[in-house]
Amino acid sequence: MRPAIARESAMAHHDTTVLLIEDEPEIRRFLRTTLPQQGYQLFEAVTGQDGLAQAAARNPDIILLDLGLPDLDGQEIIRRVREWGAMPIIVLTARDQEQVKIEALDLGADDYVTKPFGVNELLARMRVALRHSTRASTETGESVFTLGDLRVDLLRRQVFLSEKEIHLTQIEYKLLTTLVRYSGKVLTHRQLLKEVWGPLHVEESHYLRVYMRQLRNKLEHNPAHPRYLVTELGVGYRLRTE
Amino acid sequence: MEDQRPDPDALLRRVKEEESRQARGKLKIFFGATAGVGKTYAMLEAAHEQQADGVDVVVGWVETHGRAETEALLQGLEILPARTVDYRGTTLREFDLDAALARRPHLILMDELAHTNAPGLRHAKRWQDVQELLGAGINVYTTINVQHLESLNDVVAQITGIVMRETVPDSVLEQADDVELVDLPPDDLLQRLKDGKIYLPEQAKQAIQNFFRKGNLIALREMALRRTADRVDEQMQVYRRDHAVARTWPAAECIMVCVNLKPRGARLVRAARRMAAGLHAKWIAVYVQTSRHLRLPEAERERVSQTLRLAEQLGAETVTLSGDNVSQELLNYARVRNVTKIIAGKPLRARWKEWVFGSVVADLVRNSGEIDIYVITGEAGEGRPLASGVLRRTSTWWAYGQGALTVAGCSLVAWLMFPFFGAANLIMVYLLGVTVVATRYGRGPSVVASVLSVAAFDFFFIPPYFSFAVSDVQYLLTFAVMLLVALVISGLTVRIRQQAEAARQRERRASVLYAMSRDLATHRLLANLTREATRHLRDVFESQVAVLLPDPGGRLILQPGEQVSFTFDHRDQGVAQWAFDHNQMAGLGTETLPGAGALYLPLVGLQGPVGVLAVRPAQPQRLLAPEQMHLLETFANQIALVIERARLAEEAQRAQVQAETERMRNALLSAVSHDLRTPLTAITGAASSLLDHPDALPPASRQELLQAIYEEANRLDRLVKNLLDITRLEAGAVHLHKEWHPLDEVVGAALTRVEGRLRGHPVRTQFPPHLPMVPLDGVLIQQVVINLLENALKYTPPDTPIDLSASATADAIVFEIADRGPGLPPGDEQRIFDKFYRAGPAREGGVGLGLTICRGIVEAHGGRIWAEDRPGGGAVFRFTLPLEGSQPSIEPEQAEPQTAV
Repeated sequence: MRPAIARESAMAHHDTTVLLIEDEPEIRRFLRTTLPQQGYQLFEAVTGQDGLAQAAARNPDIILLDLGLPDLDGQEIIRRVREWGAMPIIVLTARDQEQVKIEALDLGADDYVTKPFGVNELLARMRVALRHSTRASTETGESVFTLGDLRVDLLRRQVFLSEKEIHLTQIEYKLLTTLVRYSGKVLTHRQLLKEVWGPLHVEESHYLRVYMRQLRNKLEHNPAHPRYLVTELGVGYRLRTE
Repeated sequence: MEDQRPDPDALLRRVKEEESRQARGKLKIFFGATAGVGKTYAMLEAAHEQQADGVDVVVGWVETHGRAETEALLQGLEILPARTVDYRGTTLREFDLDAALARRPHLILMDELAHTNAPGLRHAKRWQDVQELLGAGINVYTTINVQHLESLNDVVAQITGIVMRETVPDSVLEQADDVELVDLPPDDLLQRLKDGKIYLPEQAKQAIQNFFRKGNLIALREMALRRTADRVDEQMQVYRRDHAVARTWPAAECIMVCVNLKPRGARLVRAARRMAAGLHAKWIAVYVQTSRHLRLPEAERERVSQTLRLAEQLGAETVTLSGDNVSQELLNYARVRNVTKIIAGKPLRARWKEWVFGSVVADLVRNSGEIDIYVITGEAGEGRPLASGVLRRTSTWWAYGQGALTVAGCSLVAWLMFPFFGAANLIMVYLLGVTVVATRYGRGPSVVASVLSVAAFDFFFIPPYFSFAVSDVQYLLTFAVMLLVALVISGLTVRIRQQAEAARQRERRASVLYAMSRDLATHRLLANLTREATRHLRDVFESQVAVLLPDPGGRLILQPGEQVSFTFDHRDQGVAQWAFDHNQMAGLGTETLPGAGALYLPLVGLQGPVGVLAVRPAQPQRLLAPEQMHLLETFANQIALVIERARLAEEAQRAQVQAETERMRNALLSAVSHDLRTPLTAITGAASSLLDHPDALPPASRQELLQAIYEEANRLDRLVKNLLDITRLEAGAVHLHKEWHPLDEVVGAALTRVEGRLRGHPVRTQFPPHLPMVPLDGVLIQQVVINLLENALKYTPPDTPIDLSASATADAIVFEIADRGPGLPPGDEQRIFDKFYRAGPAREGGVGLGLTICRGIVEAHGGRIWAEDRPGGGAVFRFTLPLEGSQPSIEPEQAEPQTAV
């Protein structure tokens, strides 16, 4: 993949405030040079305590949180922020920490990026998270969702692939619309099961896998190499939007 | 001019002796002619001097005999408390060896070296205690009188008429670093005795009458002085040797002493020892075991082995030969060993016996050729008392009865034949009877049967009948010849029988040894070896047997599984440990801790002790019979060699494993240093160019450099991830989180992860629509697929297709990834999964860990991974994942579509 850094209008995020809670100076330096270029206003916190204080004081639009802080457990920060705030939180994690990612997501983090990450990957995650948060606040909600040749008419409950209607079962449809609602964002098994099957079925992830496979068979050109319904193994699923 | 430099080998030997002596403590002996010359006094004075010099001195044992001067000298010295031993109701005070070893003084005083310890202590003799102290590096001062020296024992007995029971091997005196002669003229000594300075008055009177006669004292004094002079002479020789003074080197003398059954064997051995010491020759004690030997009472056989043991103690090499021609065996062996002098005992038999049976000594003298024969007088009754009550009669009364019965039977047969046959034929019947008795019951009964036969023949068949009277004098000749023939037949038959028995015994010994060696040869594991060995020994010796091997700390432990078959408590542990540490037999029947219930033989291999063989016989007398002991020692040698061999093999294997590990580590280091440095070099280079010439570079170059940095960093990331993965897999730190997954989903996720690196390779997938779900750890199997994909990308030309597919068998899912690359390196189909394996130059260097990680993960799942060449070119990698348990059930959903129209 070419590291073509997305050149978006710096003005698009002109007044978006970002709080970075990260103890590694290298990563802070890397984000300090790239994020303001993209128009974000960056605040930095080196410790968890400082991060919590700044989050309360500045009420940023989005928080980038390193989970491996020396003084406070990252999960604890998510929990405390979620006690009062709904701004998106993106966690920065090391690899092979699926359990930690799931925990963070279930606690209310919006997404994660795995170190090492490219800046456009982070920017994409941030854009998705910010989009969902602004929509939640304004609650405009579009009735038709389009992604490539996939079109979902939420009002009429119809799904089209290359203008050809696809028939889905109730559960398949519910699953798809849940993913659409949070398009671009990762959803843990638990979150999806709760949304689709209800709170009593949150442990039965094989349900999810079976229906996901059915959904892929109906919507993907090559179900074994999906374009839209992407699996984040060990964590959950994501409807890929870019 | 002849070079007069010292012989380097001899010097080296001296240096080695000195070195081993340095590790040991130093022994100083205060040597005197008799009691009362002031040895203890001199020793204590020397101890005070040492203490004054700051040496840590402890009195281990001092006998003052109530002498006031001596007791006064004990003042100011630390005295080690004695230990008390209960022996048959009396409490004995004895030297406490363990306390001394624990105390570890620099110098310890041990009076009366020849003392015999109370039964139940570790050693039978004090000189053995002293050896152990020296072995522990403690210096020892001790005292001894000349009459207690083993080799002078006979001479002293001859002079004084008193046999000393308490003796010390001469080697102890010889090994002493220092010998100080404490001398007092006999008159002064007698004066001291009369003054009551040596014994209390009433004892003194008795002592003067018995032992302290002036003649005795002069003789003993002479012996002590002579012994000391010998020692000085020896030191002189050593000095001359070191300084190359000696012009001529004496030819290597070798003395052989013939141990026989006579009780004076011990005397012969001592004489040989003296001669050997005088000539600085090595010496061999030889016993020839004839077929007669096996018929000997046990006590006599025991005496032979005692004599041999004595010889060993005195420093001889002991050998047991077997054969019936004693003199021939002796001479043959002597020639083989280049013996220069043979010592034999003077024959004590009557002259006619010598004429009839021949004389070993005479044969030796006649056939010895260039070897000198020394014939030495023996003294009957000398030597150790025989163990009483173990004499075994060669035939019991029952056998004699059987002999008589046989004669009666013969008489009956002859009676029936009498009317039809002549007297000569009847004699044949009796001779047959005698032969039968000789074959079955041995010499005694057959002799009795011979006599009885003649008597019965006379009584029943020679007129006048039923009377021993003889009518015709001619018959007397008949009787005489008949008796002679009967005796000769019985003698010959018995001899054949003995030889057969001896042969049987030898054969049995050989066969049990062979059986064990054969069984041991088939085993390699130490535990199996010891188990087999103990099984054999148990059968052969009818004893409880165990092999004790040292643990890494040198502590002997019973092999697992033997706890049941061998009772072993901490006391046994102590004896066994002693046997191991000192490389000597201990326990039952030996001189060290004879009170133990079992015998402990050190197993000595070529490189030193490897363990201890413990034998607890059901019948101690039988085990301690000399030939049994010899057999046991032979077994022990065999076992020791086998164990040592197994040990060495294990060590070699361990060394190999270590070398392999070392090789792996080196490979890892070189891989890491090379493979991590290459991307780092690229990154550093590109980044520094961008930093140093930000404006001079054309935009295309800048782009290229940035691209390089990005790609190399990614590569570095993958390398690090692989290294971490393999480390985690090998450390066993990977725990599987198995859940039911459709395999296509995992493959899909893997494809999503690598899609940026596909370089135009078309990826084709083929999964059956109803592929069963399989329990797997999604993240790890995804890693397997990613690694296999990366491997394919690495080794195949761009734009060639990669085919992924899966199929289900009855109990597994098989995944397959096939490429159209160059195929597998021939012969390396398995090695490609080895760590750090790399097939030729890959386009994108890796550490050679990817496939190893795959194998680790797949095998952790209970699956299998392998690679083959693909028909039509390329390679196929396959792995299986077992389908275990039943597929999870899904509630069926109502078929109605979602559309709410």
